[in-house]
Amino acid sequence: MDRPKIVRYEKPGRVEDYPCGAIRVGTLVQDNAGWRILKPVIDHGKCVMCLRCFLLCPDGVIDKSGKILEIDYRFCKGCGICARECKVGAIEMVREGGDEDAG
Amino acid sequence: MADRLNTSAKELSNSEYFYGHRACAGCGGSLALRLAMKVLGPRIFVAIPANCMSATSFLHPQVAFSVNCMISPFPATGAVLSGIEAGARALGLKDYHVVGFAGDGGTADIGIQALSGAIDRGDRVIYVCYDNEAYMNTGIQKSGLTPYGSRTTTTPAGENFPGATGRKKDMFEIVAAHGIEYAATASIGYPEDYLRKVSKAALCQSTSYIHVLAPCSTGWGFPVEETVGIAKEAVDCGLWYLAEYENDEFVLNKMPKEFTPLEGYLLKQARFRHLKERDMEHIVHGRDKKWEKILKNWK
Amino acid sequence: MPGKKIFISGDEAVAEAVRMARPHVISAYPITPQTVTVERISDFVEDGSLKSEYLHVESEHSAMSAAIGAAAVGARTFTATSSQGLLYMAETLPYASGARFPIVMMNANRTVATPWALLSDHRDSLSQLDSGWMQVYCEDAQEAFDMILQAYRIAEDPRVMSPVMVNLDGFILTHTYEMVDLPDQEEVDAFLPPYRTENRMDLEEPRTVCYASLDEYMEFHMKQEFDMRKAREVIAEVDRDFGIRFGRQYGGLLEKYRCEDADAVIFTLGSVTGTARSVIDSMRGNGYRVGLVKMRFVRPFPEDEVVEIAEKVKAIGVLDRDLSIGYEGIVFSNVSSSVLRACSAPAMVNYIGGLGGRNISKDNIQEMFLELLRAADGEKGKRVRFVNVGSEYDG
Repeated sequence: MDRPKIVRYEKPGRVEDYPCGAIRVGTLVQDNAGWRILKPVIDHGKCVMCLRCFLLCPDGVIDKSGKILEIDYRFCKGCGICARECKVGAIEMVREGGDEDAG
Repeated sequence: MADRLNTSAKELSNSEYFYGHRACAGCGGSLALRLAMKVLGPRIFVAIPANCMSATSFLHPQVAFSVNCMISPFPATGAVLSGIEAGARALGLKDYHVVGFAGDGGTADIGIQALSGAIDRGDRVIYVCYDNEAYMNTGIQKSGLTPYGSRTTTTPAGENFPGATGRKKDMFEIVAAHGIEYAATASIGYPEDYLRKVSKAALCQSTSYIHVLAPCSTGWGFPVEETVGIAKEAVDCGLWYLAEYENDEFVLNKMPKEFTPLEGYLLKQARFRHLKERDMEHIVHGRDKKWEKILKNWK
Repeated sequence: MPGKKIFISGDEAVAEAVRMARPHVISAYPITPQTVTVERISDFVEDGSLKSEYLHVESEHSAMSAAIGAAAVGARTFTATSSQGLLYMAETLPYASGARFPIVMMNANRTVATPWALLSDHRDSLSQLDSGWMQVYCEDAQEAFDMILQAYRIAEDPRVMSPVMVNLDGFILTHTYEMVDLPDQEEVDAFLPPYRTENRMDLEEPRTVCYASLDEYMEFHMKQEFDMRKAREVIAEVDRDFGIRFGRQYGGLLEKYRCEDADAVIFTLGSVTGTARSVIDSMRGNGYRVGLVKMRFVRPFPEDEVVEIAEKVKAIGVLDRDLSIGYEGIVFSNVSSSVLRACSAPAMVNYIGGLGGRNISKDNIQEMFLELLRAADGEKGKRVRFVNVGSEYDG
């Protein structure tokens, strides 16, 4: 699997149906978006795709698979390391609910 | 298998093997895990003892991994890794890595016996110690890797004590003294160097050890966005060093021409802000003594 | 049936059984009086007759932790310990059982320090009754051999998936010799198929084991309990099947010896059972109506069987080679709890004996029976009594 995903967790109906040991990985039931006060916004005009932010994000929310970098805001905690470490100043930390049109 | 050496962001997979965890924003340890797992790929068995990483990612039904993983008993990471590898070998499994991620406590204190045993047995496992210089998971208490002068919840700084008075154990040298095939020190502040070292560990045929400095903004007291910067500063001011042990010799990877001022590193962190002049001198003296030995004896 | 008989010790019998059970991984740490077992197994690995990964671990805690790691990838595992070693690995016991790993461990019963002592009692294993491990106590080397094989079959049964501790008295069984019947490898393979399970990590379909649970811990734990209860029927099934294939049947959770019309019975664990049998035969010869209950499995506990016995006899003595300081013998507490459910309660006396390897003689056992028969007739006395003590005491 590419990365863990949010799934709907259904409690087993009966105690007898609980797992006997091993369970599948990659199941998340909660996102971390609510942790943020600030969120990173990438200026794709300035971004040179050096991928330093992708490398250094402790939560791995920067996706480099496309032509431009995309942030998975469901799991971004707003730590700001990406903005701090970007060498061309392409990432700005803005208040939640602020203007997202930076590019 | 790992005959690929993934050391650049471009080459690293876009897949995330450690994702959705509940570690603090800006957690150095989680970055250390994430990067190492990207190098090793999805065919891994991960063992993590009681520490911040296991506490924030294995809470049924939330599993923030997309690879095989288990929590090991706290003192036993080394033993569990040996067991996994022995089982995998006996079952004829192919093309996999066995990797453990223990904190400073799980490595240098309660975990040291099992780590020593694992190296002694020489099983093909990779042991990563992510070092945040205290028992963070239980609330920032002093560990064997807490440096002199550090305020922790069991070494408060006040009129009588300057914080921790002990010495940071030289785990890298202790591991090297076992004659291990490969050991290295690293820092998330020098991520490419860390990736390179994880790649080298992946190529070992017996036990390997990586000691990566992973700052903790909660425990050390600095703004969360500074984690990577502080990890770099620790190396630049000489309080941490990037080195390897292989072919029975120590090799220094980075020799700073001049150390950056210690104040620039220490006073950025709340855990050191109480330090008096004589404490700073003690720290400088310790650093210089250590570097004297390094420059004399290491390549 | 084919096979051979050889003259070996209890430790060696366990090693022979491990060789035939073919675990994938063995984690070995020596402790008196189990050392011969791990040494003999290393001989088998060296000469190629046992193809296992043999891990020289550096402590008992690591011995069980390594077994946990191996079980976590689906390997059949074995380890062995005793006394201080068992206590050292104590945190890993519920770790393994909660993860539902069918590890088999031989425990050479030996007392625990302090004072230091090397000889046999049951303080070590009985202190771990709550760990979620099944526990069986062997009377002789043959039973030890047989139970190692049965333990894997029981533990690995998908209805059970729980670890088993096979106990033998230190020195009394581990280091004494008897003729043991060894079956053929093909017969053993037919009885004990290879270990297959989904309770493991997997490279194609990644999984997690040994995870945390806050909100649903209780349900996980209850599930473990319900599966342990199923072990009762699995133990009986396996005992019967073993009897058919190998000609030896042990009676399941417990064995009753000459209890049919007994007025007084004594519950025993382990090797003292053999001594008690001969006392009963001789007392029966003199007209006393006495019987023996050999507790084989203490977990899962044979509640129903105990209730049935309690309703038929007038006095029960429980011989504990252990003592829970501040109360009474552990087996006695366990038995008493079941006896509460009987509609008529017999007189109950707890005999604490054999601590630190102190001998329990035929005369001692005969004395116990005579007291129990007097208790059956209404004589009152102390609930907890001590056997073969070297000094006077008020107590």
